[in-house]
Amino acid sequence: MVPTSYFIILSAILFVLGAFAFFVKRDLITQFLCIEVMLSAANLAFIAFAKSASSLDGQIFVIFIITVAAAEAAVGLAIILLVYKQKKTIKSEDMNLMKG
Amino acid sequence: MAHFIFFLLAIVSVGAVVAMIFSKNQAYSALFVILAFICLAGLFGLLDAPFIAVIQIIVYAGAIMILFLFVIMMINLDEGIPPEKKRWTLGLSFMIAGVLFIELIFALKGFLSPAKTAVEGSPGSPTDLGRLLFTKYLYPFEITSVLIIAALVGAMVLVKKKDEGKEED
Amino acid sequence: MTDIFWIIPLIPGLSSLILVIFGTKLPKKYISIQACTAVFASFVVSVISFMGLKQIPHEAYPLIKNLYPWIQSGDFKAALSFQFDPLTAVMALVVTGVGFIIHVYSIGYMAEDKSYARFFQNMNLFTFAMLILVMGSNLVLMFVGWEGVGLCSYLLIGFWFEKHSAANAGKKAFIVNRIGDAGFLLGIFFIFIYVGSTEFAAINEAIGGGLITQSVATLIALLLFVGAVGKSAQIPLYVWLPDAMEGPTPVSALIHAATMVTAGVYMVARMNLLYTLSGTAGTIVAIVGAVTAFYAATMALTQNDIKRVLAYSTISQLGYMFMGCGVGAYAAGIFHLYTHAFFKSLLFLAAGSVMHALSGELDMQKMGGLRKYLPRTFPVFLIGAIAISGVPFLSGFFSKDAILTSAFASGNYLVWVLGIATAVLTAFYMFRLIFLTFFGQERLDPEVKKHLHESPPVMTVPLQILAFFSIVAGYVGLPLVFGKNLDWFGHFLEPVIEAHHEAHLSLSTEWILILFSVAVALFGIFLAYIFYIKKPKTPHNIVAKFPFLYKLLFNKYYVDEIYNATIVRPLVKGSEIVYDNFDLKVIDGTANGLAKTTGFFGKFLSYFQTGLIKDYALIFLLGVILLLGYILF
Repeated sequence: MVPTSYFIILSAILFVLGAFAFFVKRDLITQFLCIEVMLSAANLAFIAFAKSASSLDGQIFVIFIITVAAAEAAVGLAIILLVYKQKKTIKSEDMNLMKG
Repeated sequence: MAHFIFFLLAIVSVGAVVAMIFSKNQAYSALFVILAFICLAGLFGLLDAPFIAVIQIIVYAGAIMILFLFVIMMINLDEGIPPEKKRWTLGLSFMIAGVLFIELIFALKGFLSPAKTAVEGSPGSPTDLGRLLFTKYLYPFEITSVLIIAALVGAMVLVKKKDEGKEED
Repeated sequence: MTDIFWIIPLIPGLSSLILVIFGTKLPKKYISIQACTAVFASFVVSVISFMGLKQIPHEAYPLIKNLYPWIQSGDFKAALSFQFDPLTAVMALVVTGVGFIIHVYSIGYMAEDKSYARFFQNMNLFTFAMLILVMGSNLVLMFVGWEGVGLCSYLLIGFWFEKHSAANAGKKAFIVNRIGDAGFLLGIFFIFIYVGSTEFAAINEAIGGGLITQSVATLIALLLFVGAVGKSAQIPLYVWLPDAMEGPTPVSALIHAATMVTAGVYMVARMNLLYTLSGTAGTIVAIVGAVTAFYAATMALTQNDIKRVLAYSTISQLGYMFMGCGVGAYAAGIFHLYTHAFFKSLLFLAAGSVMHALSGELDMQKMGGLRKYLPRTFPVFLIGAIAISGVPFLSGFFSKDAILTSAFASGNYLVWVLGIATAVLTAFYMFRLIFLTFFGQERLDPEVKKHLHESPPVMTVPLQILAFFSIVAGYVGLPLVFGKNLDWFGHFLEPVIEAHHEAHLSLSTEWILILFSVAVALFGIFLAYIFYIKKPKTPHNIVAKFPFLYKLLFNKYYVDEIYNATIVRPLVKGSEIVYDNFDLKVIDGTANGLAKTTGFFGKFLSYFQTGLIKDYALIFLLGVILLLGYILF
């Protein structure tokens, strides 16, 4: 069988890539996408651990994560739409109302 | 055989994410991410979690990503937005990513020894998952349903047009 | 019965507290009643305690009531405890008795004042502080009272604080007092070092037990005396008392005649064992007292302000009291304190009555011939003047005589000579005052004359009471010549004040001394008569012949100016320099610098608040990395 460690490393790679992409991209939608990528990477890690610990709890957790991600995506996208309507742009640099 | 599938899926998923980074078009980015998710679903299957794999495809790749595509369609941008070009932010992000990666590897040190190979166990069938879900994790289950309702209502309220207010003017 | 003595200070204290909180909302009538009743109640309790005292054997003195442990810091303990013994009894009776009379007088005198409540609140507060002073059983509590009366003096002198001169006078009094207090504090410190406690009982025991050598005793006695010099207006810290006349007249009567200024004398009498142990200190006290007495009397000769004459007279009489204590006749000093309280407050209140009748005029050059207009004020004023001059059979005679005789008997002839000379001057300037005010030509301002009226009974009745006491108060301490053991006063004080072994004079010597002082007093009165009634031109001629001397006396020997130039101005200049260089630059600089630094850091940090999610997420991630790193490594 494929050793669990491979999955873990893959999960780490995906997560870091997602994080890196988050900082590199300049528009909101794509950044949001990267967050989803990170979440999925975490899912992978959970499943891998569940397998190695022979318990199904990890998979249950993944169910919940997916659910939460769905809810979050819905609301987040609604917000992005509103912001676009207001500012006519989705460049994240333009969202600086909270500039101190 | 399993190794081969694993490496295939792994490389494709990583490649998809990298492609997503370099793509200027948002729709293309979304599509690449869908590809990555499908590969992940395959990996889930490899890990004796068939149910989760299917869920991933239906819900994640299917519903959530379609949602994204709809929004991308509605925000009809003519020109794509290129990724960050400035040197120092790029470099900083690079460094941070690197450090994070190293730390993650360290954190997961314990699991890196081949001895901790997976035990051949029964795959996660819906029956087993359901049993767990409704007994041990009943509470979170119920709360998640509340969460979904909240998200539903929230999303609807947010984009509702304020017709009544305008007509009164 | 005597056990209730500890509430004596508390009643006026409570009244003062009530007045300070509610005073402005209470009607004037109520304030008068409350304030006066409070003091009267204290007086009643004092009388009761006094009577109780007589029934207790002498070994039980002093009675102590410990109210609260208060200070307990390592070895240093000072309790809130009051004591009651003959000396305290005398002081308490004087303070509350004369205080009560003056409070009643003030009802009339301050009737039109807009800060009526504040006045009575301050007066009650003063009574409270003074009683703490005389009833404290240790030096620390006495010092609390000491400072308290200083504070009330400041408040009451500057009562009409809108007037610049009054505000300044209040400040001057407080500051000069403070200088004395520095010496007092040092004395207390030394006492603690050598005795280990500041309780009077402990101190007396230590002295008796030989724990204090003569030189140490001298040092401590002199340091404490510095405090007395400030509080009781002796040379060189007397300068605040004449200016203190800016306050309302009842204040001058109560504080600067009868009670507060006598605190120094009380202190010396209370510490009498110490002063006796150190012969040098006693001598110095006597000499300072004598010189001050004479010096002040010379200045009283030329003043035209009726209250200033009385102020210098007070300084002079205080000198007498210190003379008495200095030569070892502490009982005589306290005796003079007691009689002086009556006739000096009488004189002040009567002067107040005159000023009230004349709508506030206090320049004697604008008075004259008032005796037909003020039929009730004049006789009592005259009685006061006679008493202070030492004319026989009034109280002043007995007390002054006791002091002079003791001075002579203990061999302090210089003191005695100065005392006699001062007696002449005292009689002279007092009767100068009487003649200028009540006799001779009327030099009144026509406007003033129109409103001329005798004072209301609420003011004249207290005067009459005081006059009565000015006559009879002396009979409790008759000198030896009239018979042995007639000195009830001295005997009463004996348990507290060890009867000094004075060299007893032969009866004939005593008689000669008495007759001599009487003659001297009458001579002074006669001289005043010549100067101001018979040949009114005489003062004018003398001034013309000795213009320099007159100028010197009239300008109070220019002492105020000297102090101002040598002490006040350099201090002020010095403070300005310190202020400019240290206060502004260093302290303000530090405070501003701190603020600037904070601002700088704030600005620096605000660069991180770009409002962009990306940056925030970056910092977030950074935090996570650091945390992970911390946990892992």
